[in-house]
Amino acid sequence: MMLTDLIVQGTQMALVLALAPLLTGLSRKFRAHLLSRQGPSIFQPYRDLLRLLRKDVVLAENASWLFRVAPYLIFATTWVAAALVPTFATGLLFSWSADLIAIIALLGSARFFLALAGLDVGTSFGGIGSSREVLIASLAEPAMMMIVFSLALIAGSTQLSTMADFMLSPAVGLRVSLGLALIALVMVAIAENARIPVDNPATHLELTMVHEAMVLEYSGRHLAMIELAAALKLQLYIALIICLFVPWGIARGDASIVSCAIGAVAFVLKIVIAAFLLALFETAIAKMRVFRVPNFLGAALMLSLLGTLLLFVSRSL
Amino acid sequence: MPPVIALDCVAAFLCIAVLAVIIARSAAASRIVYGATFIVAVIAVATACAQSAAGAWEISLPLGIPWIGAHLRIDALAAFFLIVINLGGAAASLYALGYGQHEEAPHRVLPFFAAFLAGMNLVVMADDAFTFLLAWEFMSLASWALVVSHQQEPANIRAGYIYLVMASFGTLCLLLAFGLLAGTDGGYAFSAIRASHPSTYLAAAVLILALIGTGSKAGLIPLHVWLPLAHPAAPSHVSGLMSGVMTKVAIYGFLRIVFDLLGTPDWWWSVIVLALGGITAVLGVLYALMQQDLKRLLAYSTVENVGIIFIGLGLALAFRANSMNWAAAVALTAALLHVLNHMLFKNLLFFGAGAVLTSTGLRDIEQLGGLIHRMPATSFTFLVGAAAISALPPLNGFVSEWLTFQAVLLSPQIPQWGLKLIIPAVGALLALAAALAGGCFIRAFGIAFLGRPRSDAAARAGEVDRFSIAAMSALAFLCLLTGVLPGLFIDRLAPVIQLLTGGQMPHQLSIPWLSIVPIAESRSSYNGLLVFLFIAVSTSLAVLGIHRLASRAVRRSAAWDCGFPDANPATQYSGSSFAQPIRRVFGSTVFRARENIHMPAPGDNGPASFTVVVRDLIWDLIYVPIARAVGWLADRLNYFQFLTIRRYLSLVFLALVSLLLILAIWS
Repeated sequence: MMLTDLIVQGTQMALVLALAPLLTGLSRKFRAHLLSRQGPSIFQPYRDLLRLLRKDVVLAENASWLFRVAPYLIFATTWVAAALVPTFATGLLFSWSADLIAIIALLGSARFFLALAGLDVGTSFGGIGSSREVLIASLAEPAMMMIVFSLALIAGSTQLSTMADFMLSPAVGLRVSLGLALIALVMVAIAENARIPVDNPATHLELTMVHEAMVLEYSGRHLAMIELAAALKLQLYIALIICLFVPWGIARGDASIVSCAIGAVAFVLKIVIAAFLLALFETAIAKMRVFRVPNFLGAALMLSLLGTLLLFVSRSL
Repeated sequence: MPPVIALDCVAAFLCIAVLAVIIARSAAASRIVYGATFIVAVIAVATACAQSAAGAWEISLPLGIPWIGAHLRIDALAAFFLIVINLGGAAASLYALGYGQHEEAPHRVLPFFAAFLAGMNLVVMADDAFTFLLAWEFMSLASWALVVSHQQEPANIRAGYIYLVMASFGTLCLLLAFGLLAGTDGGYAFSAIRASHPSTYLAAAVLILALIGTGSKAGLIPLHVWLPLAHPAAPSHVSGLMSGVMTKVAIYGFLRIVFDLLGTPDWWWSVIVLALGGITAVLGVLYALMQQDLKRLLAYSTVENVGIIFIGLGLALAFRANSMNWAAAVALTAALLHVLNHMLFKNLLFFGAGAVLTSTGLRDIEQLGGLIHRMPATSFTFLVGAAAISALPPLNGFVSEWLTFQAVLLSPQIPQWGLKLIIPAVGALLALAAALAGGCFIRAFGIAFLGRPRSDAAARAGEVDRFSIAAMSALAFLCLLTGVLPGLFIDRLAPVIQLLTGGQMPHQLSIPWLSIVPIAESRSSYNGLLVFLFIAVSTSLAVLGIHRLASRAVRRSAAWDCGFPDANPATQYSGSSFAQPIRRVFGSTVFRARENIHMPAPGDNGPASFTVVVRDLIWDLIYVPIARAVGWLADRLNYFQFLTIRRYLSLVFLALVSLLLILAIWS
């Protein structure tokens, strides 16, 4: 029992790490196709990472130890968080060590160090990125917390494994609050992962950039760590949406190898679909001005708060 | 017999205060005094730790009002707060062993420092209204003396004046509250008050008065105005004590009156406490985000944390009113754990600000920068404190916020509609405050310690003395310990929780893997130790893997900055520009923030200008009118100073007649 859980947990950690760049590659490929371009191979992110790993690190002259430590901390906290979101099986050995609130807070830790790293060298671009990241986080985090509240009130738990199990049970039904939470969660996921319309991961030298501005001074293996962490975060949010809203196929409880394999195949399929939907959404919408972002996230906050309020009024809504 | 030692510690603090007056002018005075307070505080912590497990201990001394005497009592609640006070006191004394050497006027600080510690200890031990108020005033006055210790600066005198007015007002409210509680028989001993059961209206009046009285000391909005002025004005170790410890003594006062003396609460009490707590948390951190003075920023962040604690207390009241004792236990544990946590990291952060002040002479973050290179130890400990106060796992701030969120999630079972609507809203405010606090401390640390130095003083900074570093490191270690092994501390809180709510959380240390579980494991659990280990292991894995497989070369070169690096450090982001997006989104309503940009026309050689106007609406809309009204009234009453003797006599006669009339009608 313990051993299978350990294997599931270990596989999960390896799986998220292995799949994350693929998700990025897939969404880029879909996007290129939607724009009638050929696009790079879906394995290009892996090649990029390897190339970055082989390169020297060029540090700015006054970069401090924090600047060098931050990429590893950002990667580690994101990886730990990603390893705790069920992908192909709910019976993760350590799922009780951090519930959904703690997972959100772990991502908050990663952001804390990323924003500090942006300020470390003392350039104007780093500052602009950190400052805007803080603005986005100040609205996205409470919205996320309200989404957690809604889901926790429905499932009666903040443990992700229990939540996923509950979502698979017939007790869920169609609820208004679930719908509100889903819409809000998608909005928050877009903002948190620096996707269009909040941020554009493909541009540099643009006054509207956020995430790319913070990591502008990074190079070589440090940049590889940060890119991988960003890919992991995107994968984490998609896995979260999948395990909470479309958990079908996921292996439950003390899973056999067959059900785990089914779960893994189902997860990869869902990831491909999610990558396509993400690309479709990103090609269909324009990037918004940075000061429109608070309205966008404010809407997410209000929707999720409304969902929570409904649940306080009646548990069946 | 440990409890007597607690009393002896108070006496020792008072003796040290007297001693300090005598030897203040000698060179070794600060070493002797802070060394002595450190030893006494450590003994007091040990005593209180031993006491918290045992039952209550009481004694009456033949002091004070003859027929009452001074009653002292240490129960589980008092013992917990004694730990908080003296742990903070010990850390501040250790820090001041180094920091106090730079004090220009030690005779203005040393006696009051020891007296301040004695006063806070005595408040917690008091078991009758008279002793409580006396100790409370003693504490206020000692801290006031510390606030105005650097009296050359006019700002400090103003801060001291506002503090004195607000403290007197708060004590007046507490005096009235105790008067109502004691009733006409004058049963001032807490045991007598506990035995009497006040009527609903009386209890409500006492609640409001207690909330104003203790809230003004703790910094509840809108009674917080003195706090961000007074706390930074004192020397930094005292700032730490005032923010980290004295606000907790105020929270102790609230707990004692409302949870212990008043009996079973009505449900609507919690609505007031929750609303005030939520507003305080969000406004406090928004104010903090606008500050440029590092110590004032920390003081406003204290306001925020007091709000978070009051949210926990409000939830506990709501659950208790509905006899949900197990849920009240979770909420109160969250609040009390945050009391301890906030003491730890706020002291740490104020010590860090003090170290920066010693090293550079600056408190303005716009003048700092790059200190991480020149003050590595201070920077590291400050970073730990900043991460802890931003509620990042695996540090301690996260544990108490997590517990508060869990308590919010228990509340849909509350039947009252008012609470059903306000609790989710307060939960959202709490989440907003937590997110903004993260931003606030990214800004504080990032602008002050990272980047390039913005002034010569910051460029020439050096590391501080080893006592200061020892104190900061000890606090940083405690922040980590409380975050990693919270079960240890939650179990020690169990007697307090049992005393105040009648409920209990599950015994935490018997849960496998040292997780913490508020209700049941299937509902929620968190394991700080494992999260810490996971992060440590995966960081090491990443570092090892990368260093084995990837290039290890490092080259130093000029910053890239998209190809436009500028040697002038003024081109960096400043604290003001960092906060600009938040100011624009939140501040345009909350602070009526306006940006005035003046661009000279083409061909005009005049300078361009940019100014930001941020209004403190609470000050402008509440305090200024009150001050104006008092001034106006004083002007009118001034007339009575210059009357002839005949008019005075007729006034006396009129007063006499009217009083007699009232008396006649009354009976």
